[in-house]
Amino acid sequence: MDTVLSVSKVTKTFPGVKALDAVSFDIRAGEVHALVGENGAGKSTLMKVLAGLHAPDGGEIIHQGEPIRVNSPLEARRRGILLIHQELSLSPELSVAENIYLGAWPTNALGVLRKRKLRRDAQAALDALGSDIRPESRVGDLSIARQQMVEVARAQAFNANVAIFDEPTASLTDAEKDQLFKTIRALQDRGVGVVYISHKMDEIFEITDRITVLRDGQVQGTVETAETDVGSITRMMIGRELESYFHRAQEKFGDEALRVEGLTKAGLFSDVSFSVRAGEVLGLYGLVGAGRSEVVETIFGVRQADSGKLFWQGQEVSFPTPRQAIDMGLSLVPESRKEQGLVLNMGGRENTSLPHLLDFSRMTVMDRAKELRTFDEYRALLEIKTTGPEQPVSTLSGGNQQKFVLAKWLCAAPKLIILDEPTRGIDVGSKSAIHELIAGLAEKGLAVIVISSEMPEVLGISHRVLAMAEGRLVAEFKETEMSEENLINAVSRHKPTPALTMTAAE
Amino acid sequence: MSMPTPFMADRRIGKALANLLMRNHIWVFLTLAILVFSFSSPYFLTLNNLGNVLTQGAFIGILAVGMTMVMINGEIDLSVGATLALASALAIGLQDSIGVWPAVFTGFLSGVALGALNGTLVALSGMHSFIVTLGALIGIRGLVFVYSGENALMVTDFSYTEYPEIYLGPVSLTAIIFFALALFFQWVLTSTRHGRETYAVGDNIEAANDAGIKIKRHKVINFTICGAMAAIAGILLSMRLGTAEPNAGRIWELWTIIAVVLGGTRLIGGFGNMWMTIGGVLTLAVLRNGLRLLNTPNYVELMVMGGVLILALSLDKLLAHKGVH
Repeated sequence: MDTVLSVSKVTKTFPGVKALDAVSFDIRAGEVHALVGENGAGKSTLMKVLAGLHAPDGGEIIHQGEPIRVNSPLEARRRGILLIHQELSLSPELSVAENIYLGAWPTNALGVLRKRKLRRDAQAALDALGSDIRPESRVGDLSIARQQMVEVARAQAFNANVAIFDEPTASLTDAEKDQLFKTIRALQDRGVGVVYISHKMDEIFEITDRITVLRDGQVQGTVETAETDVGSITRMMIGRELESYFHRAQEKFGDEALRVEGLTKAGLFSDVSFSVRAGEVLGLYGLVGAGRSEVVETIFGVRQADSGKLFWQGQEVSFPTPRQAIDMGLSLVPESRKEQGLVLNMGGRENTSLPHLLDFSRMTVMDRAKELRTFDEYRALLEIKTTGPEQPVSTLSGGNQQKFVLAKWLCAAPKLIILDEPTRGIDVGSKSAIHELIAGLAEKGLAVIVISSEMPEVLGISHRVLAMAEGRLVAEFKETEMSEENLINAVSRHKPTPALTMTAAE
Repeated sequence: MSMPTPFMADRRIGKALANLLMRNHIWVFLTLAILVFSFSSPYFLTLNNLGNVLTQGAFIGILAVGMTMVMINGEIDLSVGATLALASALAIGLQDSIGVWPAVFTGFLSGVALGALNGTLVALSGMHSFIVTLGALIGIRGLVFVYSGENALMVTDFSYTEYPEIYLGPVSLTAIIFFALALFFQWVLTSTRHGRETYAVGDNIEAANDAGIKIKRHKVINFTICGAMAAIAGILLSMRLGTAEPNAGRIWELWTIIAVVLGGTRLIGGFGNMWMTIGGVLTLAVLRNGLRLLNTPNYVELMVMGGVLILALSLDKLLAHKGVH
């Protein structure tokens, strides 16, 4: 196979950090090449250098035999190097066709759009990928998976020879993931060199041909996927052996903390009943869109249920708003850190104290010393890597951001903590730290509910697992019955038809 | 979100309806306003009066056409009222020295130049357009006072005031120009690269940048269009009044923004069109006219208008919530 793109000794320095340190690797035509590494290892920087978003300080990029300098995304795209963003780079108000050709719309000499050509070309690109998305649909009306397909169609439309996928499955269901993999294979068959960045080992071993491991801005090595295993890749990534990947809390259950009876919300979920005890880690597994987040949001008072009862420590309660839930000792750590969990421009100190300003102030005047003490306490406890209390959290890695989200809710000393996808999009090392932390919380007597789409995680850390599908609890597994097979069976029996998942919003 | 099958059909129809209402709420509002005034005043639903409504609304309307372009682009222009005053002052003040049409043309150019200046400052400085054009609003108004010597300028050749007296039935030339400009720029928005890229920039500026769209160029063009529209409105106003007041167009920028937002164009950019703006402009004009016919005291009129604005926008918000999420 020919090398389509090769990177040699590329260096990129940001103030205080050497993000890329003489990185060399190459992408062959028609291969899927995984780029793995912990957060902060330099994957995103490398990807941005390739896509023309960052200019490298040194080194050489050779594309199709000639050295190039890409200094804009447009330039990269003209050369056939396309980036499929993790946070999608689309205009929701524009049509699918317009988004595919964004920035390169066909016009006549007067600048008038050639709408028919635009539509036809977009249709051709979508057809080539076997997608049934209509070019005239408004992008904002599509599901995340279909929006992503629009970005992939862009790669097709611009005749890409290198396509870079950044965490493409982060918000996809299993069916959608399979569809995406089919598309990636279609690109591969056409001789496109695919770079696949992901944290999910099972996916990497499913789809990639070679794996390049980055650590601290340096390449640790490139290996054939067929000749390696998860253990050795993990070792290369973190530079040490992870004795045990998951930490399950010791069983020391106390009284019932929360009981839910017949909770129903039309169109989202119905008849959900379960309970969780102090010291217990309860896993809530289900595909994206099964209604897991909606259930816990309803418990927490973000939404109001149509019917059903909540019992908190034996007493019937209702939470009209999250405030009442927080006051009772519940905490909900939401799924999307950036949208719901953190104020990105604030530092760790302010983010930590944000929901508890009453406890951190005297007659409405902030007690900064107390804030700083708390910040230091949690920085040490959760081993958060930050330069200081005022460093904006937007500049931290995903893992460290997630730790601040946890700190923020832990300092309220909750009795029940609900974690929605606590390790989504963060690296193996941080994941393991967060699992350890969850076990520690349960052992201290907290009731914990963990929502996760990652089966090994749910099985590895929970004492009991509930499976959810299409808005209903479909099975409950005790520790002895928990296995991937049982879980898959439970949710797939109730798997929605593909047509439904495709058209459903969100 | 996937949901049980029986709900799907119902929900989809409801959603489509809500979407339709949400995207066209202004026409519902306009119809209501017309109905109410038709029943409460015998003078309202006459051809003559409706023609007046169009003419009165057309000045804000022409400003709103430019403002819509700028707002879809994700910016705002507060200086349109002042630019209107300057163009109007130049168009009248220069007539004696350089002749009528050269004066009008100079007035027009002043708007184009100030619009281009606004756009360039916004694009190059990276300052928010709210600040840049707030400065322009104050500065240009000062310039008008300096130029006019704080007096109203009068035309000497009164044939100048007869130009806008061309009517197509009850519809004045001014109103025709408003509709023509609105339709032309609606076409620009939907059918030209500049128009569509204006949406792309306002909708997701990072995606637009990554795609290599020349963001700054589009901003400069749209501010220039906005300035040009303000100048056209100013010139038409000077023709209609025969004088140029240094205070002309004061707080019209606010009425313009209200008309555009009332129509449903999104203040933060990426969504809107000229049909919405026409709806907003007409609603505003109908409300003003109707309240006057009912002999509403001036200040009560302002209170009603303020209330209506907030009501219309909360309706928009309410429908938006029900429609999509």
